[in-house]
Amino acid sequence: MNRGTDQKVNRRDFLKRLGYASALALGACGLGLALYDPRGPAPLDQTKALTGLGDFTAKNLAPGQAKMAIVQGTDRTVMFEQGLKALGGMTSFIQEGDRVLIKVNAAFASPPSLGATTHPEVLAAVARACFNAGAAQVLVTDNPINDPDSCFAITGLAAAAHHTGARIIMPAASLFSPVSLPGGKLIQNWPVLVGAFPGVTKVIVVSPVKDHQRANASMTLKNLYGFLGGRRNVFHQDINGIITELSQLLRPTLCVLDGTVSMITNGPTGGSLADLKETGTMVLSTDPVAADALGVELLGRTLADVPYLAMAQAAGAGQADYRLLKPVRLNTTI
Amino acid sequence: MRLVTVRRFSQVFFLLLFLWFCITATVGPFFWQLRGWPINWLLELSPLTALATVLSTGTLFAGLAWALVTIVLTLLVGRFFCGFVCPLGAIHQFAGWLARWGRTQAFRVEANRHRRLQAVKYYLLAFLLALALMGSVQTGLLDPLPLLHRSINLTLAPIADKGLRVMSEGPRYYASAWLIGAVFLAAVALNLVLPRFFCRFVCPLGALFGLMSRFSPWRLGKTSNQCGDCRLCEEYCEGACRPSGRIIHSECVLCFNCLDRCPAGRITFAGQPSAAGEAGLPDLSRRGFVVAGTGLLVASMWELGGLSGANHNPGLIRPPGALDENRFLARCLRCGQCMRVCPANIIQPALLEAGVQGLWAPVINYRLGRSGCQLNCIACGQVCPTAALRPLSLEEKLGLGEYAAQGPVRLGTAFVDRSRCLPWALDRPCLVCHEMCPVSPKAIFTRTVYEPIREGRDLSARVLSQGVDLYAPLPPGINLASGDYFLRVHGQPEADFRRILGISGNRLTLAKPLAVVGRQVFYGAKVDIMVRLLRPYVDAARCIGCGMCEHECPVSGLRAIRVYSENESRSRAGRLIV
Repeated sequence: MNRGTDQKVNRRDFLKRLGYASALALGACGLGLALYDPRGPAPLDQTKALTGLGDFTAKNLAPGQAKMAIVQGTDRTVMFEQGLKALGGMTSFIQEGDRVLIKVNAAFASPPSLGATTHPEVLAAVARACFNAGAAQVLVTDNPINDPDSCFAITGLAAAAHHTGARIIMPAASLFSPVSLPGGKLIQNWPVLVGAFPGVTKVIVVSPVKDHQRANASMTLKNLYGFLGGRRNVFHQDINGIITELSQLLRPTLCVLDGTVSMITNGPTGGSLADLKETGTMVLSTDPVAADALGVELLGRTLADVPYLAMAQAAGAGQADYRLLKPVRLNTTI
Repeated sequence: MRLVTVRRFSQVFFLLLFLWFCITATVGPFFWQLRGWPINWLLELSPLTALATVLSTGTLFAGLAWALVTIVLTLLVGRFFCGFVCPLGAIHQFAGWLARWGRTQAFRVEANRHRRLQAVKYYLLAFLLALALMGSVQTGLLDPLPLLHRSINLTLAPIADKGLRVMSEGPRYYASAWLIGAVFLAAVALNLVLPRFFCRFVCPLGALFGLMSRFSPWRLGKTSNQCGDCRLCEEYCEGACRPSGRIIHSECVLCFNCLDRCPAGRITFAGQPSAAGEAGLPDLSRRGFVVAGTGLLVASMWELGGLSGANHNPGLIRPPGALDENRFLARCLRCGQCMRVCPANIIQPALLEAGVQGLWAPVINYRLGRSGCQLNCIACGQVCPTAALRPLSLEEKLGLGEYAAQGPVRLGTAFVDRSRCLPWALDRPCLVCHEMCPVSPKAIFTRTVYEPIREGRDLSARVLSQGVDLYAPLPPGINLASGDYFLRVHGQPEADFRRILGISGNRLTLAKPLAVVGRQVFYGAKVDIMVRLLRPYVDAARCIGCGMCEHECPVSGLRAIRVYSENESRSRAGRLIV
């Protein structure tokens, strides 16, 4: 009798176990089939790439409004303000509620006096003008070569941003996502500082004028290199090609090229006051190619020395013969 | 307030203080970052560091004089540091308490029984101090303060900070951090075996305190030799110092847990010896010292390897201000402060780069960090608690002012690897290294050459007024219109090069027409396609070994330009150029 009840319990146990085992077996098979991959992995990680950072050129500029101002002087703030006035003031470019991204050159952890980076006075003047024109937010960014914290601190750019109420966007790894430039050969599935751009409606590029052995000159367009991430130095193999593609990566609203002091030798790092020369000129331009074409003159070079300008012009980024833009010429020292 | 409560507050305070100093060891503009916070203060309190460096160098460096405070207090009252101050001790105590949660009284009493092996730490101490006398300071491997600083700053903090981004903007990297972390976690996990396992059996600093407390006028002990055998006083005894019987004075860490637990109130902290008798030290055996002596003999064989001389590792770059290898190893604690503070994150704990004797001492890795050694940064030498890295001024590092004659501090010299360099080995323009060189005038200079490209020689072509039609297929994988490619008439080496501006089909547009005498259009010409290469050279007289070039070199695996220790300022023997 005891045996009989034992067997009964055993049978129930057996059926229970059979039920569990079957459920787990079914589950395992179902999961296996759901995840089944007959093809194997792609050779490279497939992520969706953007096609560029966007066109931020100022629409509805008044007809006949000057697009380029060449300002002589020594005081960066005064030069910028006078030049801006000649272009119709910041309200021509920035409207109420705009979110402005300022691309500075903060490449090196080097003090402003050495001229290797955007001068903090210019950044402050630009940021202030943006806020005065009604910008809701002003962001400042770059992906520097040296440690970013040190770069923004030592160049004085962090302090300039802080004092004017602009916010620095540090190039955290999470802000980079791949971009494939249509028709581009180099910027294909390449990490770009896309994460600095959400909500951005205007972009102002503020650059110093510097000697650069490989590219011959580092100004506005070369400054856009700082939007690239990854081991971007491989592109130095085709420096003119990459700068031309950078001119297609985004179209800035306004370019400020600060040649008050230019780095004539030992660029782009400099490191000594002897590498600098007072060239007393600031360019404000909606056209980055035109601005750089004038910068080339400040360095005492010609367009033929800097092939990427003609290439960028051919790609439609601007006009290398800046005189065709009929630039306004000002002298703030008189 | 009860003494135990005071002790707990003190332990929490010093643990929090330690963590605060970990956070403030960050280069940055804010008040909670590096600006006069005494981030080395806890390290400097260690008499083991002070004594070891005094033995190895004959001097007591600056902040290490704080150890005198610890020494005086220990001489008076015993191992207060272990019970009240040591943040690692606090962690051990907490872990040991947690591991015995809910266990019986008898189990706890048994865990806190004195064990003969507690003598081991004295042999270790003897070994480490003798080693220091021989000129090799290895105390920091086991001294709880360097151990804790290294373990938190280089392993746990970077992981915790990944999401928080308080201690650095980007992620921090530390080579072989896993090993440092494993040692730390093992030390904590040993509390599962016995409470304060590390403190009782391993800690050489505790052993030193034990020796120093020999004559302390105030001490823990019993007021009467009469005692029931309840051993309740040992239920939470952190030092396993046998307060129930003949107390082993050197093992008492002043946790004061026994004071209130004695049902008869016979235990006091007072200016008299214990009525039940005292032992000054655990029983030390000759065997233990023989083992320590053997270890010493083995360690003395390190120098036979010649690693600080003829057989030095040429890839071993020490941070700026580092002393020559022998004097450096006579000071470095491996506390990791330099590695923690380096904004470029290039100062890394060595594994075997400098031999076993240099384990976890700072070595520069130009691939792992954020950049080369930044010209205007002197953080590492400023935070080094022992001056293994001298506290350089910016003037001295850069060779300015009164240091102009001796020149800048050189970490080594960069060498171009012509078998990997793009313009040297692969006929590709590059020049990133030259661009990055922060020295003025640059230590990297270039020589321009024009080389015919592969399949680019002696090509049949038709010469037009502004360009050339090639009758040969264009070489693949090269952008001839990139501005770096030129055409010249074949067989005329002195002919001018013409830059290629554009390609359309097989037609090349040139910056200037090819010079063919007297002809506008010329069929059957022979041309060469040349690439213009600026090849990098290093001027060893100017190179400071900062590694900006190596860090940025686009040959991302084994870099095509690398810094080696040749010509480093710290060793006269390494001098390269004369």
